[in-house]
Amino acid sequence: MSKIKIVHYINQFFAGIGGEEKADYKPEVRESIVGPGMEFNKRFGDEAEIVATIICGDSYFNENIDKAKSEIIDMVRKYRPDLFIAGPAFNAGRYGVACGTIANAVKEELSIPVLSGMYEENPGADMFKKDIYIMHTKNSAAGMRKAIKTMAPFAIKLAKGEDIGSPNEEGYMARGNRKNYFADKRGSTRAVDMLIKKLNKEKYETEFPMPNFDRVDPNPAIKDISKSKVALVTSGGIVPKGNPDHIESSSASKYGKYDIQGISDLTSETYETAHGGYDPVYANEDADRVLPVDVLRDLENEGKIGELHRYFYTTTGNGTAVASAKAFAEEFAKELIADGVNAVILTST
Amino acid sequence: MVKEIERAGLPVVHMCTVVPISLTVGANRIVPTIAIPHPLGDPNLDKDEEKALRKSLVERALKALEIEVDGQKVFE
Repeated sequence: MSKIKIVHYINQFFAGIGGEEKADYKPEVRESIVGPGMEFNKRFGDEAEIVATIICGDSYFNENIDKAKSEIIDMVRKYRPDLFIAGPAFNAGRYGVACGTIANAVKEELSIPVLSGMYEENPGADMFKKDIYIMHTKNSAAGMRKAIKTMAPFAIKLAKGEDIGSPNEEGYMARGNRKNYFADKRGSTRAVDMLIKKLNKEKYETEFPMPNFDRVDPNPAIKDISKSKVALVTSGGIVPKGNPDHIESSSASKYGKYDIQGISDLTSETYETAHGGYDPVYANEDADRVLPVDVLRDLENEGKIGELHRYFYTTTGNGTAVASAKAFAEEFAKELIADGVNAVILTST
Repeated sequence: MVKEIERAGLPVVHMCTVVPISLTVGANRIVPTIAIPHPLGDPNLDKDEEKALRKSLVERALKALEIEVDGQKVFE
């Protein structure tokens, strides 16, 4: 049998083209093995080979989703691959969304099996884990070898159309599919076994995990915004110049609260971004591009809003754990309410 | 963060460029913005035009806060 043909999708960073300053890199195809593809190819041995690598900047993809999708599908189609691999993306949010979007689109359009790998908190995982196989990875590229070690054999299995085991056996994220099988014990016995384990506080595995829907209903609308106190919050990492509280450029462990009383414009001398997950040039030039203090001050003066709250809250939403972000907001939302704030504008990059 | 603010009882509008992420995260009122590194600006415009663009986006966000929504809504 001839080798399984694979097309591999990676971003500008893993292709060695550049970091955030190159995130607007347009899709490019190379008939070679690039970056993490090397390790894949090693693991594939004689069974499969990467025939082409597609490289696309994360910002380009996410800002031009439909265009990027059709451009990349046309590139993939040309090689008539047996399988498409995107990533792994670890906890890189835009990369994860790009991998999930393009892999799902390739599956739909070209009807070939697809595979990606991500950290479970990557937003791309929640968006696409039901549609495509996404292997569990660590939250940083330090987990590359381990990720590829599980992804490569699974990729070959997929391409050959072999039987796929359960999410736990294979290491992919549960897709919500059910598969009939003959168990060696009947249901009542399994249920009692589980119950006994639970009572003994031992580990057990449920056969019917409950979906985790965490939705919050929208609050009622503001009656009259011109009489309301509005607060600004951002995950774009805007901080006073010098980042006095040393908010981390990624995986933030804290947030900042800064006084903007009397400030009507954020300038390059006074504010900057601490965020390490996007090209900081534009925000450092004029932080109003992320945190619109200037126009809200104008709107306050024009009487279009009642008042701009004197403090803004900020963190860097770059690889920051969901649990941390949740804890930050739980804490400062209480302060906002205590301070009489009526509504919040939250900006993200 | 957007969800916890909403949960605390404050109406909140999320201004961001990658709307699918905002929808996944669970924001209810969403206003799409310009670009990832400059959601509320466009360095290709001159200062006045850029500020007018920013103002129009912020006004859309304020308007969104005044509109009752039943679940998630993107204010294009």
